[in-house]
Amino acid sequence: MIALLLAIITALFFPGIIVRVKSIVSGRKGPGILQPWKNIFVLLRKGSVFSTTTSYIFQIAPVIYLATLICAIILLPFPGMPSGFRFGADFVLLAYLLAIGKFFFIIGAMDTGSSFEGMGANREALYSMLAEPAFFILFGTLALLTGHLSMQSIFEHFHFSGYNTLIAGMIAVYVLIQIAMIENSRMPVDDPKTHLELTMIHEVMILDHSGFDLALIQIGTNLKFALYGILIANILIPVSWSLPYRIGLFFGIQAAFAASIGLMESFRARKKMMKNPQFIVTLSSIALVGFILSLLMMYQLIR
Amino acid sequence: MENILIILPVILSFVILVVPSRGRYYSTLFISLGIVLITSVPAVSVIFSKGVVPEILHLITGLGSITLTIDGLSAFFILVTNFTVLTGLLYSKGYLSTYSDLKSPAQLSLHNFSYTWLHLSMLGVLMLRDGLPFLIAWELMAVSSFMLILFEAEKRATLKTAVNYLIQMHIGLVLLVIAFLLCEADTGSMSFDALKIYFSHHPNTGLFLLFFGGFAIKAGFIPFHTWLPEAHPAAPSHVSGVMSGVMIKMGIYGIVRVLTNVQSDLVTIGLIVLAISAISGILGVMMAIVQHDLKKLLAYHSIENIGIIGIGIGLGAIGLGIHNPLLAMLGFGGGLLHVLNHSLFKSLLFFSAGSVYQACHTRNIEQLGGVIHKMPVTAGLFLTGSMAICGLPPLNGFISEILIYLGLFRGLSAGSVYQSIYMLMAIISLALIGGLAIYCFTKAFGVVFLGTPRSESHTATSEADTGMLFPQFLIGALMLLIGLFPLLFLQPLTSLILVQFQISIDPAWLSITDSLSLIGRIGCVLIGMVLLLFFIRYRVLKTRNVRQGPTWGCGYTAGNARQQYTGTSFADAVAGLAEPILKTQKKEQPISEEEIFPAERSFATHPADIFRLGLNRLVDFLMLILKKLARLQTGNIQHYILYAFIFMILIFVLLYLKIL
Repeated sequence: MIALLLAIITALFFPGIIVRVKSIVSGRKGPGILQPWKNIFVLLRKGSVFSTTTSYIFQIAPVIYLATLICAIILLPFPGMPSGFRFGADFVLLAYLLAIGKFFFIIGAMDTGSSFEGMGANREALYSMLAEPAFFILFGTLALLTGHLSMQSIFEHFHFSGYNTLIAGMIAVYVLIQIAMIENSRMPVDDPKTHLELTMIHEVMILDHSGFDLALIQIGTNLKFALYGILIANILIPVSWSLPYRIGLFFGIQAAFAASIGLMESFRARKKMMKNPQFIVTLSSIALVGFILSLLMMYQLIR
Repeated sequence: MENILIILPVILSFVILVVPSRGRYYSTLFISLGIVLITSVPAVSVIFSKGVVPEILHLITGLGSITLTIDGLSAFFILVTNFTVLTGLLYSKGYLSTYSDLKSPAQLSLHNFSYTWLHLSMLGVLMLRDGLPFLIAWELMAVSSFMLILFEAEKRATLKTAVNYLIQMHIGLVLLVIAFLLCEADTGSMSFDALKIYFSHHPNTGLFLLFFGGFAIKAGFIPFHTWLPEAHPAAPSHVSGVMSGVMIKMGIYGIVRVLTNVQSDLVTIGLIVLAISAISGILGVMMAIVQHDLKKLLAYHSIENIGIIGIGIGLGAIGLGIHNPLLAMLGFGGGLLHVLNHSLFKSLLFFSAGSVYQACHTRNIEQLGGVIHKMPVTAGLFLTGSMAICGLPPLNGFISEILIYLGLFRGLSAGSVYQSIYMLMAIISLALIGGLAIYCFTKAFGVVFLGTPRSESHTATSEADTGMLFPQFLIGALMLLIGLFPLLFLQPLTSLILVQFQISIDPAWLSITDSLSLIGRIGCVLIGMVLLLFFIRYRVLKTRNVRQGPTWGCGYTAGNARQQYTGTSFADAVAGLAEPILKTQKKEQPISEEEIFPAERSFATHPADIFRLGLNRLVDFLMLILKKLARLQTGNIQHYILYAFIFMILIFVLLYLKIL
C-alpha cells in the first residue's frame, strides 16, 4: 500500500520533471512541474466524442488499463517495508497484470477501425512481446542470486549477498530503465513529440480517445513510470538505512530517473521503425549476459 | 449390475442410428448424459478418496474378462472429457440446425453416432489398462473422429484431410503396438502395469521415446503435428472443440501414464520432453499468428498449449529425477491443470468461432470484421477465451502457467549449472509464448470482431441463439471460478499426483497454496477495481457532453472498410522477423520504374508449415519410387507368375545359405 502512495506522489512530479529538463536543455524556460497534471484535470472535466465504429471494448479499455496498473503497483514492495501481497513469483503476476492492460489498450485501438491505430496497436504488441523475455531473465537472475522468489525477499536479500551483486545490480538497473522506456513508448523506440501518425506508436493508439478516457490513460502512463521507478529504487536503496533516509533516497532516485529520461530524450534520436526489434532484443541479450555472469559467480567457475 | 451399466450405453448408442430425425438430438443427449453419469460418479468418488482407492470394474464378456480401472489420473481426465463432450453436444444442437436441409437424416444420425462413440472410446482409453483393449479403444477413437471430420465430405479438401488424419493416426498406432510388443516380449504381459517391470531392468529412455512418439502424434507435438492444423478446421466446430479440447489430451494422458511407470533416466526423459515442448510452444504460436483461417489459427494454438502442458510434464519428470518433490508437484500440477484449462478455453474459442462461421459463412479473417456490433455476446465470450488462453489473470490460464513458472524459477537455483541454464531456457520460451499469444489474440479478436465489416457478403446479421450461448457461458463461468478460487481445483489434483507418482508432500508446498489463494484474492481486487472505476466513469460521463462521430481519419475523409488494418498486415511484423521458420509465401507484382500510372495489382500471402512442406517432400519422394516400381505391375499374368517364381527361388537360396 505504501508503494501505491509513493507511486502517486512520484507520478505527480514525474512527467513535469521530464518536460522541464527537456526544455531547459533545449534552451527554453518550459512549463511548470505540475503542468502535465493540470492538462489531465482539464481533460477530466471535458466531454467525450466516441467514434460510431467503436463498441463496448473502447469504453472499458481505458478503465481496465488503469485498474491493472493500480493492482500492479499494490504488489510492489518498498525497501524495508512489508508489502500487502507477497508470494512466490509475484513478479510473474506483475508482468501479466501489465499484459492485461496492454491487451485491452491494443484491442481498444483496433476498435476504431482506423488503419493508423491498427498500425500503432501492431507495433505495441510486437515491442511488448519482444521486451517480455528481458524482464523474466532479469528476475531469473535476481532469483538465482538471492535464492528467493517473491519481489520483497529478492530485494531484501539482494544487498546482503556481497559485492558480486554489483554487476548484476548495474545490469538490472540498466535493463529496467530501458524496459520502462519501451513500455512507456519513449525514445528511442517511440517519440511522444512526433507529429506524423505513421511514425507514432502510443500517440496514434489514443487518437480517438477523448476527455475522461484520455485522462485515465494519461494517469495510467504516469503511474507506469512510477512503477518502474519503484522497481529501480528497490534495487538501489539499502534496507539498512532508516526510514526517512530511505524515503529521501527514493525521491532522489525518482527525480534522477525522470531527469535522465529527459536528458536521454534530448540527445537521442528515435530509431528507424525497422531497427526497433533489434534494439529491444539486445536488451534480452544484455539480461542474458547478466544471468550467465551471475551463474559463473554463483558456482565459482571464475574467480 | 456393473456389466449392464457398462454395456447398456454401448448398445443404446446404436439406437441413435434408427431414431427418426425429430428425436435424434434428444436421444443422443440422453445417452451421453447416461454415459457421463455412469463414469463421473465413480470418478468423483475416486477423487474424494484422494486417488488412494481406485475403482475397478470387471466386464465379463464372451471373450474373457476385461478390467476397467479408474485411478486418480483416469478420474481427472474422465471428468475433463465428460464436461467438454457434454458442452459440445449442447452447442451442436444449434450449430447443426443449419445443416438439417443440407445433409440427409442418415448422415446426421451417423454423425451423432460417431460423436457418442468418440466419447465412449475416449473413456475406454482412460479406463483400460491392458494393452490390447487399450489399443482397440485407441483405434476406435481414431476411427470415430475420422467419421466426424468427414462430416462435410462433399468438400474435396475435407476428404483429403480426413484420410491424411487417418493415416497419421495409424503411424502413431504402429509405434504404440511396437512399444507394447517390446514390453510383452520381455515381461510376458502387455499392459501399462507390466511396463513397471520392464522399466525396472532395462534402460528407460528408448521405450519411453517409442511411447512418446505414438502419443505425441495424437497430442500434436511439433514435429508430429502436421495432421492437426488441417483436421481441426475441417471438422464442424463442436467437433473441433472436443477434438482440440480433449481428444488430443489423450496423448498427454498416455505420456503421463507411461511416466508413472518409468523408473530411471527421468532427467534425460524430462529434458527431451521439455525441449520438444518448448519448440512446440514457440513454433505453434508463431505459425498461429500468420494464419488467415480463424479455426486454423486456433488449431495452431492447440499445439502451443500442448507445448505448455509438455513443459510442465518435462519439469515434473526432472523433479522426480532429481528427487525434488516440490518441482515434480509444480510441474505435473501445472501441466495437468493446464489440461483442464485448455480444454475449457479452447472449446469456448472453437464454439464462439463456430458461431461466427455460422453467421458470416466464412472463416477467413481477412473478410470478417465488426462482428461485435451484431454479436456482442459471442464477442465477449471469445474475448474471455482469448484472455484465458493468453494466460491473463483473473482467468484460469494464468493459474496453470504461474505454477509452471514457479517450478521453473525454483529449479533455477536448486541444482547444477546445466539445470539453471535449461530452466532459464524454458522460462524464456514461456515468456515468449506469452507475449506471442497476446500478439496473436489481439490480432484474431481485433480483426474479426472489431472495426467495420470488410466484406458485405460476410456480414453477421444476428446473435447466435441462446442454446448455443448457454454452454459457452457454462464454460466461461467455470474458467472464472478456477481463476478466482484455484485451490478448489488444485488441492484434489495434487493429492492425485502424490499418489500417482508416489511422492511425499513437500513442506514448501504450503507456501505455494498460500500464493495461489493470494492470486485469487488479487483477481477479485482487480475485478472490484475495474467495476469501481467503470462506475465512476459512468457517473461522470452522465454529466458530460458525450457525442458520437466518425473515427478520426487523420485528415483523410474517404476511408473505407478495406483500408482497415488487416490480419496479414498485423501478422507481418512477426512473419518478417521469423521468416526463416515461417516461410510465408508472398505473391506480389512489383511496380517497375517505367510504369508511371500503375495498373491494378494483386497481392497474396500463403502461410506455410515447413514441417508439412518437409512431409510433402518425403511423400513426393516415396511416390517417385513407387511410380517406378509400378512398372512391375504390367497386368500380364505371365509376369506375375515369374515374380512368384523369383520369390520362391530367393527364399530357397536364402534358406540354403542359412540366412533365414
